[in-house]
Amino acid sequence: MKKKIIKVHQPKGFNNRRQFLKLGGLAVAGSGLLWACSSDDDQGMMPPPDSEVFDLGEGDLGVLNYAYALEQLEADFYTKVVNSFYGSISDEEKQVLTDLYYHEVNHRDFFKTAITAAVEGNTELVLPTLEFDYGDLDFGNRDQVLGTAKVLEDTGVAAYNGAGKLISNPDYLLIAGKIVSVEARHASAIRTLINPGSADFAGDDAVTVDTGLDAAMDPSDILAAVAATGFIKTEFTANNLP
Amino acid sequence: MNIIKFLDDFTTSNILDGKSSRRDIFGTFGDLGKKAAIAAVPFGLAALSSKKAYAQSMDADPVGALQLALTLEYLEDEFYDLALQSGVLPTGRPETVYMQISKHEQAHVDFLIAGLEGAGVTPVEKPTFDFTAGGAFDPFNENGAGQDTAYAQLLALAQAFEDTGVRAYKGQAGNLLGSPFLTAALQIHSVEARHASEIRRLRGLKGWITNNERGTGMPDATQPVYNGEENVTHGGVDVTTLGNGEAFTMEASTEAYDEPLSGDDAVAIASLFIVEE
Repeated sequence: MKKKIIKVHQPKGFNNRRQFLKLGGLAVAGSGLLWACSSDDDQGMMPPPDSEVFDLGEGDLGVLNYAYALEQLEADFYTKVVNSFYGSISDEEKQVLTDLYYHEVNHRDFFKTAITAAVEGNTELVLPTLEFDYGDLDFGNRDQVLGTAKVLEDTGVAAYNGAGKLISNPDYLLIAGKIVSVEARHASAIRTLINPGSADFAGDDAVTVDTGLDAAMDPSDILAAVAATGFIKTEFTANNLP
Repeated sequence: MNIIKFLDDFTTSNILDGKSSRRDIFGTFGDLGKKAAIAAVPFGLAALSSKKAYAQSMDADPVGALQLALTLEYLEDEFYDLALQSGVLPTGRPETVYMQISKHEQAHVDFLIAGLEGAGVTPVEKPTFDFTAGGAFDPFNENGAGQDTAYAQLLALAQAFEDTGVRAYKGQAGNLLGSPFLTAALQIHSVEARHASEIRRLRGLKGWITNNERGTGMPDATQPVYNGEENVTHGGVDVTTLGNGEAFTMEASTEAYDEPLSGDDAVAIASLFIVEE
């Protein structure tokens, strides 16, 4: 049964992005949300009844498309970062952000190729190329760039950790494992750039103190948080993922 | 534990989402008891003295995967404890970093022990460790290496242990597929990766592994930790062929993906620091 599609609209702005992960902790009533946040003033309006909105799909395909969406976001973000580095960027920061750009572009293109192969060329099942809009995010502002990078990397870690149990093919599980640890390495590096000399690389805000466990979140929570940023303009649904 | 409580916990949807209490998570581990009962052969220290049998057993099922994980966590936990007690670590960033990592490794040991016990499985006992690896190293400056040499070795061993931990957990993911342990193992795996990145950067390296390079200043003996990291083919896709830019060079392509380590290889690395009795 097709779930009702609800237009999600969130105001943009850095304050909102800071709640990215926190928002993920909120209960989402039904997972049939529409993950899009254009700046249109059509809050609360329903989309066309027979919309051609892409659904990520179910099972392993759904998880792969979900990962592809997140990697598209990361790759696009870092592309913008490296194309106009903020002023007075240090050599170390430039090296880290450039590497992250390379890695995320690599991940993104890998998923496109791997999913296309998995669906035997039936490209209607492959998440399309998404469009992004960073609103008033200032790519010339170090704090905003690194702060957003931190949230994206932490979110990637929580997303892959939460998606593992949804994967049934061990080959895909291994691939997710190969990528998630690199996302965690990124998160650690960005966190130390933000707060040098601290314990933030695996800070108590990210790693539960009494268990030593990183976060793991369901797709619905992750996508609600992503939707809340307003970064992704292209609408898609995740009606078949928890 | 109380079976009613366990069933109650297990049917709670957010048991392994990182927000649940330790008790809840143990409840989830408890579920493995039912599955593990079929294959549960408690591992003791005796098994460790027979590396081959140990490794084979460890690769077999979720219990084996967790026993291997516990062995590696014992190693890391004791290493960081001794490092913090050694007087070798400079104050400031190094000490702050080691304290945070030590906290996590202790939590991982406690978590895995309680989880295995909750599942009705006897956890492997803590081995006797020798972080000099038979006299090759002196990371705690106990044998006259001097502070600078000892500190360099302290960092090098930490890097080797963390990068090994990341690869070893990844290598066990398939054995945990379909088990309630999988998510928790992934949640530990990414913490090890956060640690690895920080230790590497503390040593002046990138936080990620390029090709199969162990990195400047790493002893030859640590090369097995990095062998295989040069792989660029994932799910049949050679990622260096995906594009022409810098993102698809060997360097970037190998950095972008971490590789698994087999149970055998992880045990072989850990065994360098385990005293057989």
